[in-house]
Amino acid sequence: MIYDALVAPFTDFEFMRRALAAVIGLAIGGAPIGVFLMLRRMSLVGDAMAHAILPGAAIGFLLSGLNLFAMTAGGLIAGFAVAILAGVVARNTELKEDASLATFYLASLALGVTIVSIKGTNIDLLHVLFGNILAMDDQTLLLVAINATITLAVLAVIYRPLVIECVDPLFLRTVSRAGAPAHLAFLALIVVNLVSGFQALGTLLAVGLMVLPASIARFWSRDITGMMMIAVVSAMLSGYAGLVLSFHSKVPSGPAIILVAAALYVVSVLFGSVGGMVRQLFPAPHLEA
Amino acid sequence: MAAQLHFHDVTLGYDRHPAIHHLSGEIASGTLLAVVGPNGAGKSTLFRGIVGILKPLAGKIGLGNLDVRDIAYLPQSAEIDRSFPISVFDFTGSGLWRSTGAFGGLGRRERAKIVEALAAVGLNGFENRPIGTLSGGQMQRMLFARVLLQDADVIVLDEPFNAIDAKTSADLLDLVQRWHAEKRTVLAALHDMDLVRAHFPETLLLARGAVAWGATSQVLTADNLAKARQMCEAFDDGAVACAADALPQRAA
Repeated sequence: MIYDALVAPFTDFEFMRRALAAVIGLAIGGAPIGVFLMLRRMSLVGDAMAHAILPGAAIGFLLSGLNLFAMTAGGLIAGFAVAILAGVVARNTELKEDASLATFYLASLALGVTIVSIKGTNIDLLHVLFGNILAMDDQTLLLVAINATITLAVLAVIYRPLVIECVDPLFLRTVSRAGAPAHLAFLALIVVNLVSGFQALGTLLAVGLMVLPASIARFWSRDITGMMMIAVVSAMLSGYAGLVLSFHSKVPSGPAIILVAAALYVVSVLFGSVGGMVRQLFPAPHLEA
Repeated sequence: MAAQLHFHDVTLGYDRHPAIHHLSGEIASGTLLAVVGPNGAGKSTLFRGIVGILKPLAGKIGLGNLDVRDIAYLPQSAEIDRSFPISVFDFTGSGLWRSTGAFGGLGRRERAKIVEALAAVGLNGFENRPIGTLSGGQMQRMLFARVLLQDADVIVLDEPFNAIDAKTSADLLDLVQRWHAEKRTVLAALHDMDLVRAHFPETLLLARGAVAWGATSQVLTADNLAKARQMCEAFDDGAVACAADALPQRAA
């Protein structure tokens, strides 16, 4: 019975196994990025980036049909262009990162919509918008796996400058020139993971598997390592539970995954061991010193 | 002793308005220099210029053969995100950046150094505390521990004893004296004239330009202090381009 509900979908159907593999790959790459987005107060920047890559993907789609690599390349180019331009403007002028990013992603979005409405049909574009994690082919799985690997490797290299730039940006500037390159590499990683995610969850929800697990993790751990572990695990858990939920109901898979993550988030806000609201209502007695 | 920092007719400021105006002079290696002056006199601006965060509007700051990243700088209001989940140990360890770099590991020797630095500022046992749990004074002690680890030839401290109790400032002042004894060049922006008179052999009295610069007893006279206080702090929005600059003449 329990086996039928929780395991059988994956043993019986290959598309479910592929979907699970994709979700695990996305969790491993995306969740640590999400933790840094949260710590750098950039969670909404991730959302903006997701919008920024949409026109690139649409252009790729219009130029060569539903070709995965064309769409991915288009998304990467649009995302990198917006991320790097916004980063360069923010670092060299008075305009802050959020404002410059908003400007660039809106321009990118407008450009994409213009091109689509002049040239395209929008039937298959729904696929780009909302993704389809139940249609993961070899190419896509490979892309997700490669992106997760790249993410972890690059994150390991830029980890220290990234952390110190979060805590004490002025100090980093006085001891090292690594701050700006690390930040740009981090923006690039956001794009790479969004591109991975939009095959599975679509451009609109891809950022969900990055941001929600990070917010969940904040309620269960006080240090970055712990947060990243918990974020990865909760992303995987959301992915698995979302797939099961979608298999047994009419809920589409992408939204199901994000809804499960949102439910975990609510539980964490209420009962999390680090500052959960219910925990705060019943504080442990204070210590002697 | 050889000069370590040279100021060649330096003007530093914001939006073309000078906060340091035509400062020239030099600071010898091993100097313990107090930089004093009223609020808005340009102390912080001068320090920001020395560590390269602010580019001079005119003139040049020479560092000899020193890399700007080898100057340890403790800003007045550190932009530290105190809610960031990092331990006192890890945070202080970032002071070793110049030797470990972005990717170098922390071996047993480095770990011992960090523990030693924390002990030197009286923060033994704080290693695993998140930085957000420190009080203001403990925070300042931790920042001094990081400066200690930077092992820099030139140390620039911007109002290091602000909002710090007597015990803590006495402890931290001991560190400053230790650095001086180790022949490091130490610059500190300060407001407590008694403290300057007691512990700092040389003083630069700033009010956009140098009002007086030299031995502390000759600089901190009632006359000089009054003169410094009169210097106007506000920018003049209608100011014209400074004729002393070799810039193209043009009304601002």
